[in-house]
Amino acid sequence: MARRTINVDVLARVEGEGALRLVIQDGKLRNAELRIFEPPRFFEAFLRGRACMEVPDITARICGICPVAYQMSAVHAMEDALGISITPEIRALRRLLYCGEWIESHVLHMYMLHAPDFLGYDGAIEMAKDHPDVVRQGLALKKTGNEILRLLGGREIHPINVRVGGFYRVPNRRELRGLRDALQRARDASLSTVKLVAGFDFPSVERDYEFVSVHHPDEYPFNEGRVVSNKGLNITPQQYDANFEEFHVKRSNALHSRRVGHGAYLTGPLARYSLNSSLLSPLAREAAREAGLGPTCNNPFRSIVIRAVEVVYAFDEALRIIDAYEEPDRAFVDTPIRAGIGCAATEAPRGMLYHRYRVDAAGTVMEAKIVPPTSQNQPSIEEDLRDFASRWLELPDDRLSHLCEQAIRNHDPCISCATHFLKLDVVRA
Amino acid sequence: MREKSQDPSPQASATRGGGVLSPSLRPGLILCLGNPDRGDDGVGHLVGLLLREQVPQHVVIEYQDGSALELLERLHGVDSALFVDAALTGAPPGTVHVFDCTAGDMPAAKPGASSHGLGIAEAIAMARVLHELPRVCRLYAIEGVNFTPGASISAAVRVAAEKLAAMLACAAMV
Repeated sequence: MARRTINVDVLARVEGEGALRLVIQDGKLRNAELRIFEPPRFFEAFLRGRACMEVPDITARICGICPVAYQMSAVHAMEDALGISITPEIRALRRLLYCGEWIESHVLHMYMLHAPDFLGYDGAIEMAKDHPDVVRQGLALKKTGNEILRLLGGREIHPINVRVGGFYRVPNRRELRGLRDALQRARDASLSTVKLVAGFDFPSVERDYEFVSVHHPDEYPFNEGRVVSNKGLNITPQQYDANFEEFHVKRSNALHSRRVGHGAYLTGPLARYSLNSSLLSPLAREAAREAGLGPTCNNPFRSIVIRAVEVVYAFDEALRIIDAYEEPDRAFVDTPIRAGIGCAATEAPRGMLYHRYRVDAAGTVMEAKIVPPTSQNQPSIEEDLRDFASRWLELPDDRLSHLCEQAIRNHDPCISCATHFLKLDVVRA
Repeated sequence: MREKSQDPSPQASATRGGGVLSPSLRPGLILCLGNPDRGDDGVGHLVGLLLREQVPQHVVIEYQDGSALELLERLHGVDSALFVDAALTGAPPGTVHVFDCTAGDMPAAKPGASSHGLGIAEAIAMARVLHELPRVCRLYAIEGVNFTPGASISAAVRVAAEKLAAMLACAAMV
């Protein structure tokens, strides 16, 4: 009985620590597993007993790449619990902050982690030897995203200026307009990024995913909207727990998720684009069309093209917000404390991020639930591996292994974000 | 990180290396790296704080966690940069490792590391490839022993930090 096992002990160019295992027996793929061994980080437990106003700063520490996503889902969920409505000006600034994070995170993934796959390099440093201008462009684009975070968030990693009800300080009009020239130049450069990545060679594969994302009738989704899918789901974030469940599998320190009664689903650029492409700005829609994207995309290898289109959109949206900006009278709305339960789903760069909190009458967090996009995507990533690897079994081990690693990187998994859960079983004799 | 010296005295390292700092190595920028909440990993920050008390305000001292892309961005257009960081090689605590980054005298960058694993070695390697490496660029890495979250800096590491800060301050005043 011929048995072939491919182990990639440490996945490269993903955020955090994971591994891949494929078992092939008698010419058939028997098993494909994404193993996540980064230790659990217990954030949900840390949050219990803390004041609700501390939550955005604690959750920002979950990730150095997408801290804004954690802050945004946290403040919206907490505002839901406290019954607070924010002003349109604060809402716009939150979208702007999210634009900065999408730019930073997407550009990092495209240029430093994913492009080497398509151009045939082990990593970005090796790629930079032959393509220095490509890497320089990536660094310049990322820097522009950093500048948005620095101005609005107080610093580019783990921002400190976000609070329940708004911001601690809002920029004045002159400060925001100071970003404008750099953003405009970067938007032009981002169009060439779309052309660059659209020219890569993509394996010709598609999957019939259930795409899930936030959806808002008037805008490409960041902070607010219903949770929808291409297979009939259309719920409020408050209905998330009734429609999705987390479960533990032995091979992963990150909980898996499934849609109740349906199974695996996918969040992230493919889902977001396929459910919302008509809501992109005209410039981003045109860039997508020129890149050969239709209104939906089921080939995960082309996620890099969608990220590039979303970066164009993020620059466009940032400029729109800056041009329309009127400094609010107050940086935040009042936050009267009350007991309650609040939920929110927002769109992190790598997919939908759900938070739910229960606070008591003193504003103390009694329960916290955080479902990161990578947790939600794990079953779909494994289904990708099973589907695609089965088609590539004739390839030599190193090529098969690399393609499978690439299939994981398609979804830009953030393992560090995903390994935060606490599962504690107590058995009493 | 490759070991450069077994002697805990920065001065001793300097002598063997032909001088830790000559006037031509006067720093334009001192980047202090590490996490001050993780025991000896905070030694870079400690050296920065000690230096701040000893050098004129025009000497730029900055603190970073050591993420490659942020370091790379900071090196753009800089003529002279010194890094101070913690090291863990198995050498005696307080040993000061000195690396001349411009001479390729650095631990090897990790190919294909995740962005969480990109640190100073990768930043230096990328800066070299992109011709962004400062004309003068050195790394001082003090061997640590205890990186426990919340721990204070070990005694031997603190002594080495004080000596290194004094020496860098002398060089900065030249």
